[in-house]
Amino acid sequence: MHHVPLSWYLILSAILFALGIAGFIYRKNIITVFMSIELMLNAVNLSFVAFAYQLRQVDGQIYAFFVMVVAAAEAAVGLAIILTVFKNRKTLQIDEIDSMKL
Amino acid sequence: MIGNYVPHGVEYIRILPEILLCIFGILIMVLEAVTAEGQKRMLGVLALVGIVVAFAANLYAYTVPGQAFQNVITIDAFATFFRGLVLVVGLLCVFASLGYLRRQHAESGEYYSLILFSLIGQCILSTANELIMVFIGLEISSIATYVLAGYFRDDRRNNEAALKYFLLGSFATAFLLYGIAWCYGLTGSTNLNEIHRVISDPGLRPPVVLTGIAAALILIGLLFKVSAAPFQIWAPDVYQGAASPVTAFLSAGPKAAAFAVLLRIFMTGFGSFSFRWAPLLWSIALLTMIIGNFAALTQSNVKRLMAYSSIAHAGYILVAITADSQLGIAAVMFYLAAYALMNIGAFVVIGHVAAKNERYVRIEDLAGLAKRQPATAALFALFVFSLIGVPLTGGFFAKFYVFRAALEAHLVWLTVLGLATSAVAAFYYLKIVVAMYMKEPGESMADLAPLSSGTRVAVWAAALGTLILGIFPSVLLPFLSYSASMLGRQ
Amino acid sequence: MPTTYAETYFPLLIQILIALAVAGGMIGASAFVGRKIKDRVKNSPYESGMEPVGNARERYSVKFYLVAMVFILFDIEAIFLYPWAVVYRELRLFGFFEMLLFIALVLCGFFYIWKKGVLDWSTEAHGEREQENKRVA
Repeated sequence: MHHVPLSWYLILSAILFALGIAGFIYRKNIITVFMSIELMLNAVNLSFVAFAYQLRQVDGQIYAFFVMVVAAAEAAVGLAIILTVFKNRKTLQIDEIDSMKL
Repeated sequence: MIGNYVPHGVEYIRILPEILLCIFGILIMVLEAVTAEGQKRMLGVLALVGIVVAFAANLYAYTVPGQAFQNVITIDAFATFFRGLVLVVGLLCVFASLGYLRRQHAESGEYYSLILFSLIGQCILSTANELIMVFIGLEISSIATYVLAGYFRDDRRNNEAALKYFLLGSFATAFLLYGIAWCYGLTGSTNLNEIHRVISDPGLRPPVVLTGIAAALILIGLLFKVSAAPFQIWAPDVYQGAASPVTAFLSAGPKAAAFAVLLRIFMTGFGSFSFRWAPLLWSIALLTMIIGNFAALTQSNVKRLMAYSSIAHAGYILVAITADSQLGIAAVMFYLAAYALMNIGAFVVIGHVAAKNERYVRIEDLAGLAKRQPATAALFALFVFSLIGVPLTGGFFAKFYVFRAALEAHLVWLTVLGLATSAVAAFYYLKIVVAMYMKEPGESMADLAPLSSGTRVAVWAAALGTLILGIFPSVLLPFLSYSASMLGRQ
Repeated sequence: MPTTYAETYFPLLIQILIALAVAGGMIGASAFVGRKIKDRVKNSPYESGMEPVGNARERYSVKFYLVAMVFILFDIEAIFLYPWAVVYRELRLFGFFEMLLFIALVLCGFFYIWKKGVLDWSTEAHGEREQENKRVA
C-alpha cells in the first residue's frame, strides 16, 4: 500500500500559506487580498487534516470543520465591510483607501 | 468511555458567564427585529443587565474552580480575574455608548448584541486551556469587533477602520492558526497541559526548532492582536477611524483577553521554553515602547495620539512578560486593569468633546474645556496623569510593579530605556492638559453638549477605579499574586 | 485485503468508468433518439435566463450577495451535523438535546434575518421605492 508521505502535504501547505502571505502583501485589490487570507486558512486546514491522518486521530479533521465555519463567518463580515467601503469610495484599490494618513 | 463525553452540571456553572452573555446577546438580537424605533434604548439597558448578571455568574463560577468539557477551559483565579476585567470593560463601554448612539440617532440592538458577543469571545479567551478554544474565542471576539469598528456604515473613517482591522486581524489569525496546527502535529494535542507534558519530557520531545517555529507563529498572531511592534501598523488607523466608545472597547477588552491568552499559552504550554524567547520579547517590548511613544509625539489628532499611546502601553506590559516571574504576571494583570480604566475614561471624554459625527478630534479642539466643563476636564486630566504614571493614580502603581518585576529579573537596561521612553510620553500627554487648561475655548466648545447620563456614569466609574487602584492598590494585589502563583504551577 | 497500488484504487477506476458510461450513454441516447430543432433561441447558449450577450462585468444587485451570504452561513452550520451524526448513538439523549439547542440557536438567526426583511425580495424593493417617493415629495 502506497502512501503519500506526510512531508509532501506539509510542504504543499507551507507553499500555499506562503502564497497567501505574498498575495496579502503584494496585491492591490481588496478582494484579492481577502482571498489570499482565505488561502492561508485553507493551507492550515490541509496541515490539520494531514496531521490528523498521521496521528490516527479524528480531532484534526474536526478542527478543520471549525476553521471552515469560522472562515465562512469571517467571509460574510469581511465582504459586507468591503461592500460598504466600495459604496462610499467607488474603489477597491487598497492604496487609495488612506484618508487617515498624516 | 461514553460517560466521559457527557459533561457534569458543574461544568456548565463554570461557563455560566458565557452562557448568560449568549442568551442576552441573542435575546437582544431577536428583540431588535421586533422593537419599535423609539424603544431601542431599552436594548442597551438589557445589555447592561446581561453584563452585570454575567459578572455575578463569573464570581459564582469561581466557587467551583477546575476544568471543564474535556479540559478545554480552566476556571482559576487568573481566568476569573480576566473574565471580570473584560466584563467591566464591556459595562463601561455600553454605558458610554448609550449617550453616544443617542447623539448619533443610531441606537440599535445589533450594536449591543455585538458587544455582548465580543465579550463572549473574550471570556472564552480568558478561560481557554486549549488552542482550538483560543482560536474560536479570538474569532468570536474579533468578528464582532470588526463589525463594531465599521458600525456607522456611511462614515468613511468608520469604513476604513473596519476594513483595515478586518484585513490585518484575519491575517494575524491565520498565523496563529498555522502555529496551532504545527503544535497539534508536533505534540498530538492542542491541550496546553498536554503540550507542556510532551515538550518537557525528554523522551517525547519533538525537535526544538519545530516547536520554536510553532510557538513563534502563535506569538506573531497574538502580538498582532495586542498591537505590539512590529505588528502595530493597524492600530492608529483603526483607533482613529472607529467611533470613540468602540475604540475604547477595542483598546481595552480584546487587548486584555489577548494578553491573558498570551500568558496562559506561554506560561502553561511553553513554560519550559521561556529562556529561549526572552531575548525576542525583550527587543519587541523595547521596540513597542519606542515606536508608540515617539510616534505619538508628532500627532495632532487626539484619537491617533491615544492609539500610539496604547501601543506604548502594550510595550510596558510586554516588559513585565519578559520578566517571566510571578511578580511579572501579577504586574501584567494590574497594568491591564489600570490601563483599561484610564484608557476607556480618556476615550469616552474624547468622544464627548468630538460632538456629533466626531468633528472635533484635534488636540486644539480640547482648548478651553476646563472653562466650559471643569468637571469633565478634571476627569480627563486625571486619566492623562494616570497614563503618564503620576502617583495617586492607578497608572503609577501599574508602571511601578512592571518595572520592579523587570528589575528583579535583572532586566536593568530594559527598565532604564522603558522609563526613558515613558518620560518622553509625558510631553505628548501634557499637550492635552495644556490645551484644556491654558488655551481659550474655540469653535468646538460652542457645540459642546452637557455630559449625557450614560457617559457620566462611564467616566466617573473609570475615574473612581483609577483612583482606587492608585491609592489602595492592595485591594487587588493579594488576589493577583495568588492568581499568578496558580498559573505558574499548572 | 488489497495490497498493491493497483488493487487499492481498482474500485475507483470502475467507478470512473461507470460514470463515463452513464454520462456518455445519456448524451449519446438523446443525440440519437431526440428530435432536432434548429432555431435562433435553441442555438443560443443557456445562461439561466440571463441575457447571454453583453458586458460580463455588469454589477449584480446587492441582494444577490445578501442571499448568497445568508445561504452560505446556514449551509456551513450544517457541517456540525456530520460529526454529531457519527457519534449520535453514543451520546444518546444528551447529544439529541445538545443538537436541538444548536438548531434552536441557528433558528434565532433565521428569525432575525427574516424579520429584518432579508428574505422579502419584492416587498423590500417596494419599501425602498416608497422611501424614494417620500424623499422626492
